[in-house]
Amino acid sequence: MTLIRILFYFLSLIAIASALYAAASKNLVRSIFVFFITLFSLAGLYVLALADFVAVTQVVIYVGGILVLILFAFMLSGKETLNVLQKQEGRFLSINKLPALLLAGLFFIVLINVVFKADADNLQWVKESISLKNEITPNVVMIDNIGVNLMTRYLLPFEAISVLLLMALVGAAHLSRKEGKV
Amino acid sequence: MISLTDFLIVSVALFCIGLYMIVTKRNAIQILIGIELILNAAILNLVAFGKYDKANNSGQIFALFAIVLAAATTAVALAIILNVYRRYKTIDPNDINKLRD
Repeated sequence: MTLIRILFYFLSLIAIASALYAAASKNLVRSIFVFFITLFSLAGLYVLALADFVAVTQVVIYVGGILVLILFAFMLSGKETLNVLQKQEGRFLSINKLPALLLAGLFFIVLINVVFKADADNLQWVKESISLKNEITPNVVMIDNIGVNLMTRYLLPFEAISVLLLMALVGAAHLSRKEGKV
Repeated sequence: MISLTDFLIVSVALFCIGLYMIVTKRNAIQILIGIELILNAAILNLVAFGKYDKANNSGQIFALFAIVLAAATTAVALAIILNVYRRYKTIDPNDINKLRD
């Protein structure tokens, strides 16, 4: 039981517990703020998977961008939204949520079975990559390699996603403008 | 080190919580949060497998693409939610039954 394993279990416990709380709470604002905690602990898990650049991007884009956007959209939509939320009936385990709970539980059982049957640590290509020293180790810096790969090998998906992001932002600005003169 | 199976189990748990949120919530913003949870579960898988690809970094780079896609999705979805709220005065997806009037 090394320190890194303890850290992994701690972070994943925080992530799953806060996600469960976000799913269970009826208060929208509390749900959003607990989702913050989930995203931060997921960034910690990415660091433990030796993907520090993805972790930083997660913090910058998700926590800095998406959650602030959600909070703004929530606050712009007025206090009638809050009133709608307060009169939601039912607890976490009420009878009309039973089918959803059943669906999620069965999905969980099936996926856990798939994970254990697939036995990901003994896959062929994973073993080959370990034997070929193609595995990322904690003492190498991957950021410059990511930049070079992004501009050479993955240039086409990079351009496609930049065009898509531009289209999505223009479309969002067009959709959320004030009604009125056409 | 941490094995791949541990990462996969955490990601399965997050996926199922997100699925539960999407099915049960009666509020479009919380459904959006459920979608983000599912996307994060997928990103965790990509990152965990990307550890075994040092030369090409395919896992990490597609995790970055997935994060950018999530940002675009959220922007458009929030714009749509604001428009729906303006027309129906509610964001409960059960009450919305027309695409246009």
